[in-house]
Amino acid sequence: MALLTRAPKAEPILGQNRVVAHLLALLTWIIGLLFFFPLFWLVLNGFKDEADANASPKLFFEPTLDRFSEVTEDNQGLLSFTEAFGNSFWIVLISTTLVMALAIPAAYALAIRPMRKWRDVLFFFISTKFLPIVGAIMPIWIIARDLDLLGTRTVLVVLYTAMNLPLAVWMLRSFFAEVPKELIEAAQIDGCSLMGQIRQVILPIVAPGLAATALLCVIFAWNEFFLAVQLNPAGASTMPVWVNSQQKFQGQFLAGLSAASVLATFPVVIAGWVAQKRMIRGLAMGAIK
Amino acid sequence: MSTAVTDRTDTSSATSRADEVKRLERREGWKRRLPILPALIFTILVTQIPFLFTLFYSLTNWRLDTPDPREFVGLENYGALPDDKFFRDAAWVSVQMTVMAVLFSLIVGTLLAVLLDRKFFGQGFVRTLLITPFLVMPVVAGFMWKTQMFNSTFGVINWFINLFGFESIEFATRYPLASVVVVLVWQWSPFMMLIVLAGLQGQDQSVLEAARVDGATSFGIFRQITFPQLRPFLELGTLLGAIYLIQVYDHIEVIVGGQPGAKNLPFYIAQRSIGGGNRFGLASSYSIIVVIASIIIANIGLRVLSNLLEDDS
Repeated sequence: MALLTRAPKAEPILGQNRVVAHLLALLTWIIGLLFFFPLFWLVLNGFKDEADANASPKLFFEPTLDRFSEVTEDNQGLLSFTEAFGNSFWIVLISTTLVMALAIPAAYALAIRPMRKWRDVLFFFISTKFLPIVGAIMPIWIIARDLDLLGTRTVLVVLYTAMNLPLAVWMLRSFFAEVPKELIEAAQIDGCSLMGQIRQVILPIVAPGLAATALLCVIFAWNEFFLAVQLNPAGASTMPVWVNSQQKFQGQFLAGLSAASVLATFPVVIAGWVAQKRMIRGLAMGAIK
Repeated sequence: MSTAVTDRTDTSSATSRADEVKRLERREGWKRRLPILPALIFTILVTQIPFLFTLFYSLTNWRLDTPDPREFVGLENYGALPDDKFFRDAAWVSVQMTVMAVLFSLIVGTLLAVLLDRKFFGQGFVRTLLITPFLVMPVVAGFMWKTQMFNSTFGVINWFINLFGFESIEFATRYPLASVVVVLVWQWSPFMMLIVLAGLQGQDQSVLEAARVDGATSFGIFRQITFPQLRPFLELGTLLGAIYLIQVYDHIEVIVGGQPGAKNLPFYIAQRSIGGGNRFGLASSYSIIVVIASIIIANIGLRVLSNLLEDDS
């Protein structure tokens, strides 16, 4: 059972009674497990036979890896697993690299060397996030069609870069703002070049923030479906489109679809678990500081 | 962009150092703005210019499926909106979906944050479990709830309902809107939880301690100290949640597909234009309505954010 270690500083909001504390810990555990249950069930179904999955819910069954090999080897459809994974990998990698390349200088300029009206510039970046993508999807589709970019990876790279850029500038600015001004001034006066300042003073402080920001961009780009399915629905498309295509119109597909979902979801879920602390801080700080 | 600053100065006096920095900054002038330009130009090109095109399309009767030339029709598309049943339905779904999803995720997220904001065995592990839904690909979230939770024969929820002797319900077809909202709340509560948690953990402990010494009850402390401090965080969660949730598409596509009952404006816009409807002029006028709604939300939200930034500096 839950061992209550007394909080060193943060006193909990809800009562200080020991019994209450134990019950609340238990409740939190139960809710946590309930929130995770649908995913647990998904993984379980991925290891089932179609017959076991397409039946009343079963907890015990003979696990098999066959569904995983079936969905990864199947290339009957418009998009095979290998293609989708490769496309997703390159699109996410290139767009995230571009986002960071564009956002780092901008965030740096906004945070460390504040200019007049920096708030307006920052608000402009955030405000582009407020423009729903449907407000621009038709012209984007037309332009992509006229440039022969429909159904290519390029169109998704460009759009994912634009999609993540405001968020990245926003988060990175808060990380850069944490660098003590005195440190930079001291380096400047000691004759340190701009590159030197960046490499020796700023980078070590902001590196975790950069990683968290990049990771968040990776997650959003990897999971994006609307643009992918509208602008690039076939052979050059990404993992979400591939998962969606595993819903078959005939026959049983539930276990196969589950296996496909596990393959599509877990790369970013695991990455998110590993980096959760930094990401949480980045999101919260980006928002507040 | 390596501007070598080679000037040497007398570092003994703090004032002359400050003067020197100021002078250097002034000399660098507009160079300081240069690093922002690439991001700014890219953002304007990809997100702002297309929007102007949408505005233009919305004033025309453009259809892609007929050879008729594109004609300027002024505000005709907008004038027809109040009588357009499809538009009205989709707009109403948008409002209900956004409001319910934001409100419920905020409530659930706050409760989770309060529960998590105390030391207990396995705290980190439970937090990991709780943030996981936010990381799940929306397509997968929609699909797994539809086929493995809501489904009338294979669904876990219906299995439970049957245990208590009730009839199975095919949730996704019977209650499409509620089904989508449940999945959205499942994914967005963790996000709200993170924001509220940041607020809770940023509290000034000495103030709380002082209140406790003065004999305040836990509930009194929450109502009078914690809640007012949490308010900006709750407002921020509402704003960010509303901006994303007004645009929901993936969940609807997967959970209800083409069925009526849960098509929001973005879904309907895509369907009527690039999704095969080809009515670019009309659909553009829908888009502009969504944009205006977002701008209203954003304006309220930006005022909140701007207060936060004022406090910071």
